Amino acid sequence: MKALWGEMNGRGRVVLAVAVLLLLLAPTVATRYLVSVLTLIFYFVYVGQAWNLMMGYAGQLSLGHALYVGVGGYVSAALWVHFGIGPWLGVFPAVLLAASFGAAIGWLGFRFGIEGVYFALLTIAFAEFTRIGFDHIDVVGGAGGLFIPYEEARLGEWWNLRGGQLFFYYLAFGLAAIAVLVTALLARSRLGYQWRAVREDEAAARALGIDAFRAKMKAILISSAMTAVGGVFYAFYYNSLFPAQMFEMSRSIELILGPIVGGLGTVFGPVIGAFLLTPLGEILIGVTEALGINAPGAKAVFFGLTLMVIIYLVPTGVWPWLSKTLGLTGRRS
Amino acid sequence: MLVVRDLDLFYGDAQALDGVSFEVAEGSVVAIVGANGAGKTSLIRTIAGMIRPKRGSISFRGAEIAGLPSHKVCNLGIGQVAEGRQIFPTLTVAENLDMGALLPRARARRHAQLERVFSMFPILAERARQTAGTLSGGEQQMLAIGRCLMGVPELVMFDEPSLGLAPAIVQEVLHAIRELNREGLTCVLVEQNVALSLKLADRAYVLENGRVTLTGTGEELLADDRVRQAYLGM
Repeated sequence: MKALWGEMNGRGRVVLAVAVLLLLLAPTVATRYLVSVLTLIFYFVYVGQAWNLMMGYAGQLSLGHALYVGVGGYVSAALWVHFGIGPWLGVFPAVLLAASFGAAIGWLGFRFGIEGVYFALLTIAFAEFTRIGFDHIDVVGGAGGLFIPYEEARLGEWWNLRGGQLFFYYLAFGLAAIAVLVTALLARSRLGYQWRAVREDEAAARALGIDAFRAKMKAILISSAMTAVGGVFYAFYYNSLFPAQMFEMSRSIELILGPIVGGLGTVFGPVIGAFLLTPLGEILIGVTEALGINAPGAKAVFFGLTLMVIIYLVPTGVWPWLSKTLGLTGRRS
Repeated sequence: MLVVRDLDLFYGDAQALDGVSFEVAEGSVVAIVGANGAGKTSLIRTIAGMIRPKRGSISFRGAEIAGLPSHKVCNLGIGQVAEGRQIFPTLTVAENLDMGALLPRARARRHAQLERVFSMFPILAERARQTAGTLSGGEQQMLAIGRCLMGVPELVMFDEPSLGLAPAIVQEVLHAIRELNREGLTCVLVEQNVALSLKLADRAYVLENGRVTLTGTGEELLADDRVRQAYLGM
């Protein structure tokens, strides 16, 4: 908490406290639809934050984070469907396998000096191979998908992530809050400083005695493990998993847009980004439907245009601009 | 303190260092001079553990360090101020200095070192909250030296500290190095500015095409005809 508090000045703390309170109370007045949109926002805050640690802080571009979401979701769902092992336990092997993928990618990339866009290509390749692989793993349903059965009797078994919309709302809120706290803590830790040094100039970081390889490995391990937990949430929230839907590149892109628009390498950037982009997507669906535009991709075009405008107006992200304009961080003059 | 013996370094087939041997006594300033491409930076990077030599030994306080990774070499007390300064331009001066204190050996002494750096370079204290990219070239060089000192080094290798600086600023930087040496810091100075570094050096080595071709005290080399002709244009 202290690390998070330290991010803000007095006014920022008030705004943060009020926002948290409003979100905690929101389900009492909000419609079911609004609650589901907020749940989705929290989910994107969580996975966006996990990605932000690796890219925003350590400077390592991953375009294949859907891999960790998918592996996390599939492992926990398969253990539940086939062996009745609940996600409270299944989350551990899920995280372990996803982090192993992360370790393999990190080791290959960082040990052999594959950097920048080439490293990003490596992450895409792993996600794509895994998608194709899952198409052919019959035990998880192959391309036909894996489904978690809806059982009325199990509702309320929160440890097995069986519950209604309200349950998932607070679960997602908790995950998002933890992700923000973890980011605030890591950003101020020794590791956070090492990441920033590596991000800014790896050669200089090494000259200062920073073990760049180790710092980058820690980044991908923490990020992939965190993302996998998001995958477990995703699987039990939506109850259906398809390789094409889980591992597709567009899923990786979707989860990185929030932090980019909100502000890379900032604690609240991914939060602001998710709160902007998820509703924007929902609004665009409504608008295109209301206008009777049925052309495929119309929503994507408007979404893309809006992104371009935002990035043109605030190239370093919305949060740095917003916090400065509203005077939420730093000393007030 | 530092003894280098028969160091061979290759980049692929190209030999960058050929049987280089030299010694640095504790508390001294050793200059390594030579033309562009003579192997000076390669030598520093090899000692720092950034690249691995093919053959030869490097010992620091009697312990073999050839082939150790750079973060381990750094933590033994060998610092470097790299060519071109390599500061982090988007971070503040204070953050840049913090980055130098991430070494295990330096953590406990962060505050004491910071005071020392600020008293040595008061301009850094004044500009602590400014981003480093806004500093002048001379100030950036001070920052690079200060950041290196944050790691509590016992020996510092300076790679071309005068590069791209105005003559008055060069004097200031060299003065700072002399001051540090007086306080007990052992210095290895790699310079193209031969006259200046030889004046400062207790001992100097001339590096040509990856080999040590001449050695002596700074004064001896300043008086040497070959040095005067080749490097001082006299």
